[in-house]
Amino acid sequence: MARIELKNVRKSYGAVEVIKGIDLDIRKGEFMVFVGPSGCGKSTLLRLISGLEEITDGDLLFDNERVNNVVPSKRGIAMVFQSYALYPHMKVYDNMAFGMQLSKSNPKEIEARVRKAAEMLQIDHLLDRLPKQLSGGQRQRVAIGRAIVRDPRVFLFDEPLSNLDAALRVDTRLEIARLNHDMEDVTMIYVTHDQVEAMTLADRICVLRDGKVEQVGTPAELYESPNSVFVAGFIGSPKMNFLKGSFAAAFDCTTLGIRPEHISVVDEARGIWRGKVIHGENLGSDYFLFVEIGAEAPLVVRRDGKEGLPVGAEIALAPEIPNLHRFGPDDRPV
Amino acid sequence: MAQSFTGRERSLQQQRVRAAYTFLAPMLIMLAVVAAWPLLRSIGFSFTDATADTIFNGESKWVGFENYLERRVRSNGEVRWRGVLVDPDWWNAVWNTVRFSAVSVALEATLGLLVALVLNAEFKGRGLVRAAILIPWAIPTVVSARMWGWMLNDQFGVINHMMMSVGLIDAPIAWTAQADTAMLAVLIVDVWKTTPFMALLMLAGLQMIPRDMYEAAKIDGIHPIRVFFKVTLPLLKPAILVAVIFRALDALRIFDLIYLLTPQSDATVTMSVLSYRELQQFGDYGEGSAMSTLLFLIITGFVLLYIKLGRVDLTGSKS
Amino acid sequence: MERYVFKTTLFYMAVVLIVIVAVYPFYYAILTSFETGTAIFNPNVLPEAFSLANYQAVLSKGAFIRSVGNSLLIAGVTVAFALLMAVTASYALARVRFRGRGLLLMTILAVSMFPQIAVLSGLYELVNLFGLYNSPFALILSYTIFTLPFTVWVLTTFMRDLPVEIEEAAIVDGATPWVIITRVFLPLLWPAMVTTGLLAFIGAWNEFLFALTFTISETQRTVPVAIALLSGASQQEIPWGTIMAASVLVTVPLIVLVLIFQRKIVAGLTAGGVKG
Repeated sequence: MARIELKNVRKSYGAVEVIKGIDLDIRKGEFMVFVGPSGCGKSTLLRLISGLEEITDGDLLFDNERVNNVVPSKRGIAMVFQSYALYPHMKVYDNMAFGMQLSKSNPKEIEARVRKAAEMLQIDHLLDRLPKQLSGGQRQRVAIGRAIVRDPRVFLFDEPLSNLDAALRVDTRLEIARLNHDMEDVTMIYVTHDQVEAMTLADRICVLRDGKVEQVGTPAELYESPNSVFVAGFIGSPKMNFLKGSFAAAFDCTTLGIRPEHISVVDEARGIWRGKVIHGENLGSDYFLFVEIGAEAPLVVRRDGKEGLPVGAEIALAPEIPNLHRFGPDDRPV
Repeated sequence: MAQSFTGRERSLQQQRVRAAYTFLAPMLIMLAVVAAWPLLRSIGFSFTDATADTIFNGESKWVGFENYLERRVRSNGEVRWRGVLVDPDWWNAVWNTVRFSAVSVALEATLGLLVALVLNAEFKGRGLVRAAILIPWAIPTVVSARMWGWMLNDQFGVINHMMMSVGLIDAPIAWTAQADTAMLAVLIVDVWKTTPFMALLMLAGLQMIPRDMYEAAKIDGIHPIRVFFKVTLPLLKPAILVAVIFRALDALRIFDLIYLLTPQSDATVTMSVLSYRELQQFGDYGEGSAMSTLLFLIITGFVLLYIKLGRVDLTGSKS
Repeated sequence: MERYVFKTTLFYMAVVLIVIVAVYPFYYAILTSFETGTAIFNPNVLPEAFSLANYQAVLSKGAFIRSVGNSLLIAGVTVAFALLMAVTASYALARVRFRGRGLLLMTILAVSMFPQIAVLSGLYELVNLFGLYNSPFALILSYTIFTLPFTVWVLTTFMRDLPVEIEEAAIVDGATPWVIITRVFLPLLWPAMVTTGLLAFIGAWNEFLFALTFTISETQRTVPVAIALLSGASQQEIPWGTIMAASVLVTVPLIVLVLIFQRKIVAGLTAGGVKG
């Protein structure tokens, strides 16, 4: 329900600047993911938007109103924390109702909203329990439920899945995606260091690096046309292959990027690169070959799960020319 | 949901800082009344000739540094110095305090570490032993002074009785009364009472050291004594340092044990006890306050020195 | 194998020695407290007599019971008072970033390390100025000088350990600092409050110097002063039996409390690295 604009937002702790001038426009109802390596400032940026940290310089606008100095509870936000941050001494019901109780809402309405949120998340049978009696997944759902009850304009997620185990992470990810579909007006901002979460959840992704925006775009845009070596290397798993030196020079660039699925094993005659298979990883549906072609690192090549090749095989490889990413000396696309 | 903001809202941090000042105010006012004001007044008295009688009626006079040091010229031209700083009793008390503090803290730290090492091992009944060593700590100082005073009694004391029955001594010792044993008696009681406290602090420090560390050393076949000096002790250093500072500060101001166990003994009188005698028994508020002010300065200096030298993070606020 | 047995024996001997040294003096005080007449003057290791005469002597004196009452009242009020102020103060010190916080913490620590004697004459004047001399309020006021910094200090360390995200969740929910303290942190902190309160209580219960200075009449004395000033028929004759009975009476509840809260006390002591 809210459009969020950041205009040259900066944050420093003493002499150290951690957010170095960010301009960003988050649309109404959008699912925006902040992603980047640890220390890039993504969590700090989320906390600036939430109001838990003070903005040093620049403007933060919610629906065209400057909210720099508005306290978190008045911004119409709800936040889901990494550690769930449930109140340990309150039952699930009170955890979810606490915010509305503090704003002196009508008890009937509180009850209705809590019940509705609990049903949505299938935790209505847990309302009388204490957080310590719940599993990790249930706790995170309660935390999400607490956020829903607040009926926010903006939903903020701070790495909500990183405390869950792998299987539960996928389930909860699905849950959040569903929530996003159900609450289409609500703007959601989600922080993660995991590019898979970013790719699967986001309408748009904002890649951050060292306190600055590196690139903003839909998952497909970032995947297909990264505007820097950094983004190209960060998005996609396994990582994009990077070739330098003479390999790159052959294509008129400083760094040549090619994703594993865009390289094929070909006849000797059509081969552009030649090398020896030094390792293979069979993931069932995919088979990744690691081929030593004389570059800095072995080239990773994706093949179908049944098309593995023995270690030691000498093969020829060719990239799909339209899917090559060519970067200049400034690490930007040529 | 549409909310309107005037732009003059106080930010979260500003609100919290304001709340913090409000929350701190009662404590600060209270400390100003019961600590800062009396301290300043006491220091003030040390520059006057106040006595128990003149302290309230305002008849006491300002005498400058006379209580600390005063140069007097007699009619015959002879120069005489008087004041706390040239008072042999005062220097005796300083020496006693330093002696007591150094020996008691060193003993308590060493014994505390030994007890902590024993308690850090896993054995049946460890909980009981830990409970047992808490007992000396829980006993009020007055009670332990009386208890030990009885045990160290010259005629009927159980300590003399035991030592005589095993042939350690031939005749009963008047532990608390004799000048050469009075300090020993005080040290015994203080070490008995305070070692548990040291042991518990060090035990907590020991339990923070990861077990893997010992297991790794064991697998590498390193001798346990070497492990102790190379691994345990360096890792335990911060815990020991903090415990020793707190204990030393406590030892420097010791009053009740000495006042009760060895009253009137010159061999044990400390700065606090001497100052108390001056104030309460002789009613000399000027000189008594001068002594207590000096003690305060010594302790303050000691703390500053320790913080500077040891770079000890006493507040633990760096995290 | 022999080496192992030797080592284990040595270790358990050390354990036994520690326990005996720790417990024996109090055990001996209990023995003495049950002895009267000449039995007292025979040093013994095992109980040889059992008489409640000393306890009767202590308890029949109204003054001693009065002293216990005074001590309970003074220590109780002092601690309640200190905790009340310390909860809000420690929240400010532990959870809010503001200028001069480190300095303030150091000052509070310094006050708790004050030599009591350094404020004695000033406090004496203050107590008289307020007309509190020889009343429990004189001691309640003066004990605040060590209970308040102590409780603030220990609660600050406990408060600092509470998770940041819980507080932030409460802020997002619209809780003011006061609401955070009363409705979110206090329910989580009560074990720490009990520990801190108990340690401060013991400190106030045991205090001697102020109690000796600021009370004059037998009815206003606290327990430590009462025990220190227990005297017999003549100046020379020290009533050891009665003193031991009184000592046992005031110490046993303390020991029971300490043993019950053993684990928490150790946590509290290490939290502040404080004196006993």
